[in-house]
Amino acid sequence: MQIRVTVNGVEHVSDVEPRTLLVQYVREALGLTGTNIGCDTSSCGACSLHVDGEAVKSCTLLAVQADGANVTTIEGLAGKDGSLHPMQKAFMENHGLQCGYCTPGMVMAATSLLKEIPNPTEEDVRIGLEGNLCRCTGYHNIVKAVMACAGK
Amino acid sequence: MIPAAFDYVRAGSAAEAISLIGQHGSDAKFLAGGHSLLPLMKLRLAQPSVLVDIGRVKDLSYIKDAGDHIAIGALTRHMDVEKSSVLAQHAPLLAHAAGHVGDPQVRHRGTIGGSIAHADPASDLPATTLALGATYVVQGPKGTREIKASDFYLGFLESALAADEMLTEIRVPKMNGAGWSFQKFNRRAQDWAIVGVAAWRRNGDSGVALVNMGQTPVLASSVSGALKGGASIADAAELAVAEASPSADNNASVEYRTHLAKVLVRRALEQASA
Repeated sequence: MQIRVTVNGVEHVSDVEPRTLLVQYVREALGLTGTNIGCDTSSCGACSLHVDGEAVKSCTLLAVQADGANVTTIEGLAGKDGSLHPMQKAFMENHGLQCGYCTPGMVMAATSLLKEIPNPTEEDVRIGLEGNLCRCTGYHNIVKAVMACAGK
Repeated sequence: MIPAAFDYVRAGSAAEAISLIGQHGSDAKFLAGGHSLLPLMKLRLAQPSVLVDIGRVKDLSYIKDAGDHIAIGALTRHMDVEKSSVLAQHAPLLAHAAGHVGDPQVRHRGTIGGSIAHADPASDLPATTLALGATYVVQGPKGTREIKASDFYLGFLESALAADEMLTEIRVPKMNGAGWSFQKFNRRAQDWAIVGVAAWRRNGDSGVALVNMGQTPVLASSVSGALKGGASIADAAELAVAEASPSADNNASVEYRTHLAKVLVRRALEQASA
């Protein structure tokens, strides 16, 4: 089936099998491998990206469901000149990662969260990131990074 | 994990969706947000040959004040139920429970109708709408009919929906002034409840329903009956499992679930009475 998806500002027209997952589409068809596959069962959040501005788990979405949508992956967050998005910068400055595997998903979930709750409490951030698992147990600095990005 | 191959068709309206599902037979399934169905398909626990995508039927996404009840379109996402000011005013228990479904990413895609039609006894919204005395509106080739939540759940992942019928609306009675509580006990964030309780009280009346305490969501009528008869909360909570038939799994034994249900019903009633 033919789909038309705008990914990081670039329109793509692609033929996909209906069973193609969105995460597979961005990684394999578009070569955007910043979006990771972790649990593959919509638990861990490593595959989080934005569809029409909201974080979703792209392992539990068919590419055909994103037909016509605006998708942003971690590659689309930084400026064209390579300058980091404030959330990426905050993760770097607050050491919000260890191995880094969960990081793209964390950053995408966190940017979506701040759109919905611009002035979060620490509890809002912890609850808001409940869909993203970090197996290095690095939540403390991740929460610090999101709070820093929110200006707190 | 990639689902087995299937044919994909898209419906623009409820009528078109019902016609498409009728054409493709009982091996076709509706796809709404996909957050119950796609995981099952990836595990090959479900292998429909055709998916009828109803996710773009936007006129079934609404929350309206309809006089004595609130009407919620079946394709309303959990996030929209959670943040609804209409529900915050008239049925806050449902908005609150919707905020406990999965996690924000799941709530951006999953729909109330999808969750109810999936009829998973471990899900939050089937039990919550059951406690609230909701009515479900379903549409089929011969028109619409209403099914009470208390008549809808027939077995594990099994409901009164016929194969060619689609859930289109959830009607929740207005609960202004009622005390309410939603208790969800789990060990991991974002997980299904090991046991959950949705409860409300207003004057002498109450509604109590249990999550993950049997093959279907369970209406704890004995608890409401005892309260109506003047029993204390502690005594009424002891009847929590009178209608339940919990099973054991990796998370909990039958004894543990039974204990949890009584404790959580007591806490829910205390909160709903405060």
